[in-house]
Amino acid sequence: MSAEFYFGIEVFLNGLMAGVMYSLVALGFVLIFKASGIFNYAQGIMALFAAMTLVGFQEGQIPFAHLFNAMFGTEMHHFGWHMNAFFAIILALGVMVLFAILVEKLILKHLVNQEPIILFMATIGLAYFMEGFGDLMWGSNVKKLDVGIPQGGNFWIEENTAFLGGENFYGFYLDTLDIYATVIATILVVSLVLFSQYTKTGRALRAVADDHQAALSVGISLRTIWVIVWAIAGFVALVAGIMWGAKSGVQFSLSLIALKALPVLMLGGFTSIPGAIIGGLIIGVGEKMFEFLIGAPLLGGATENWFAYMVALVFLVFRPQGLFGEKIIERV
Amino acid sequence: MFYREVGEFKTSYRSDQQTFPIALDRTGFIVSLIFAFIIIPLTMSEYWAQAVFLPFLIFGIAAIGLNILTGYCGQVSLGSGGFMAVGAYSCYKLMTAFPDMNIVICILLSGGVTAFVGLLFGLPSLRIKGFYLAVATLAAQFFLVWMFNKVGWFYNYSASGQITAPEREIFGFIVTGAKAETLPVYYVCLVLLVILAVVARNLTRGAFGRKWMAIRDMDIAAEIIGVNPLMAKLTAFAISSFYVGISGALLFALYLGAVEVGEAFSIQKSFLILFMIIIGGLGSIFGSLIGAAFMIGMPVLLKNLLVSNLGWPGDIAAHLEFMIVGLMIVIFLILEPHGLAMLWRIVKEKLRIWPFAH
Repeated sequence: MSAEFYFGIEVFLNGLMAGVMYSLVALGFVLIFKASGIFNYAQGIMALFAAMTLVGFQEGQIPFAHLFNAMFGTEMHHFGWHMNAFFAIILALGVMVLFAILVEKLILKHLVNQEPIILFMATIGLAYFMEGFGDLMWGSNVKKLDVGIPQGGNFWIEENTAFLGGENFYGFYLDTLDIYATVIATILVVSLVLFSQYTKTGRALRAVADDHQAALSVGISLRTIWVIVWAIAGFVALVAGIMWGAKSGVQFSLSLIALKALPVLMLGGFTSIPGAIIGGLIIGVGEKMFEFLIGAPLLGGATENWFAYMVALVFLVFRPQGLFGEKIIERV
Repeated sequence: MFYREVGEFKTSYRSDQQTFPIALDRTGFIVSLIFAFIIIPLTMSEYWAQAVFLPFLIFGIAAIGLNILTGYCGQVSLGSGGFMAVGAYSCYKLMTAFPDMNIVICILLSGGVTAFVGLLFGLPSLRIKGFYLAVATLAAQFFLVWMFNKVGWFYNYSASGQITAPEREIFGFIVTGAKAETLPVYYVCLVLLVILAVVARNLTRGAFGRKWMAIRDMDIAAEIIGVNPLMAKLTAFAISSFYVGISGALLFALYLGAVEVGEAFSIQKSFLILFMIIIGGLGSIFGSLIGAAFMIGMPVLLKNLLVSNLGWPGDIAAHLEFMIVGLMIVIFLILEPHGLAMLWRIVKEKLRIWPFAH
């Protein structure tokens, strides 16, 4: 076997890992879409905000310090302590739950029964607000996020696979962080599935996803469910934020991963959790392989930006509800 | 649709079918035309023209275009930025390939090119609906921007990858290039906007508009009563893209002068135009314009207020601007999901019977 071939396999594996990262973001979308029919554009910003909050707590930043300094001429920056990563994560989670409650109280409550496009727009408005709010609260500089997950190439895998290829092959290069992400994402998905299948709240969630009115009529509180769903989505956003933040730093571009998750959603179907995972894997592998085989040598590179969308577009023409989405039944 | 008022009687078909059947609208239209053509050019300063009026006119055209597609035909598109880029680049190619051609013809032709591209990306809309379509249009956005970035032919292999508008004039006034004068540019944009707006208004009142609205309200039902969904959706895509393309061409040639595609026609532009029509009012030409005025004017006002008057640092003002824009969008949606145009309609209703409520 040539080194080229093994290099292809390495690209494939890295694509799988990238796909897992996409799935992490897509998962948050699916949860909210299933439970409330809202296409939550703010999911990416939520991941960014969660990561910023986490870093802020860890570093002991004073919220809104920049604003206070500008208004009152003070010189505040830090509380001066460094928080344990675990506590910081718990606190950040608390903030995301608070955020979920506020979103329900201030926005969703007032927009019940509006058309989906209106709700979608509201989440875009929310995304704008959070973008400004997050920057104002924690500052817009690029931050380093470190919660103790090792990073860099994994030497163990590299050494143990080096024998496969010829002289120019030094083993598969896989980022340890990506491997952790894969494991964490798997745990997350399994626990979400268990939660929705075997707990009372989970059953209520599924009931709401099935039929809002029927769920209401048997006494399930829609508003509580929405808070729970947004809180879970906030949790997923936090996990995604930690993973992406550790990979490439906490900065505005982190929120753009939402755009990467959209084709994943289309491919997998907006309403399916397994769809989000498998869609993510397909997109991840597809775009890396396309870039490797066709994009970089023939088209001048950077095809990753649009390839996923094109795949999803072509795919949807043949199957409009995605791979695992519910069949769209239309009545007059 | 019976958009009529009590007490206004029509005595001929001609007056019954005119573009603005209500006297108040007619006078409002004429007054705002006088205002736009005479009073604003006389009073505006260079700063206000560059910061507010020119972007308003240009994005107003794009907003009308997107409103035709989204507001009237119900197909949500997030690809407007990409289509604007098509307009800009085809305008550039036409300007450099045919130096003798009139700039207005260039702009109209680039609208035509964009219409064709829009038609291509509109084809999947027959199968894909709702949010799936909205996301699918992002394919257009990302693909087109990538293409203009990578394929050298589009920017004539210039070293910087930018496109720069060569100098052109209309009736002896320079309107593009570095020496362009503001006032002729303003008039070109204004005339185009007025013509396109009136055309759009009449299109949406006629057979096309009715078909689009039937598709928007329920496409299956529309198909059953004999509306051809292929034709309706594709015409909406084509005409909408025509408008958006013209807007892109104007933005490049007359306003910015030099364009880097990833920056000028990013996805933020697509969202900006979408915000305009949601805030202004879906399915309303007038709404597109006030939405555009709002989204262009408000950041400028905020910046003036916070940075110039209160002396806050620019970055805090920028963050606050994001927060306020987001907040405004949410508040608008909660208070009046049908936009400023609906608000205006309600105010009119109220005033008509005021002060006698019954």
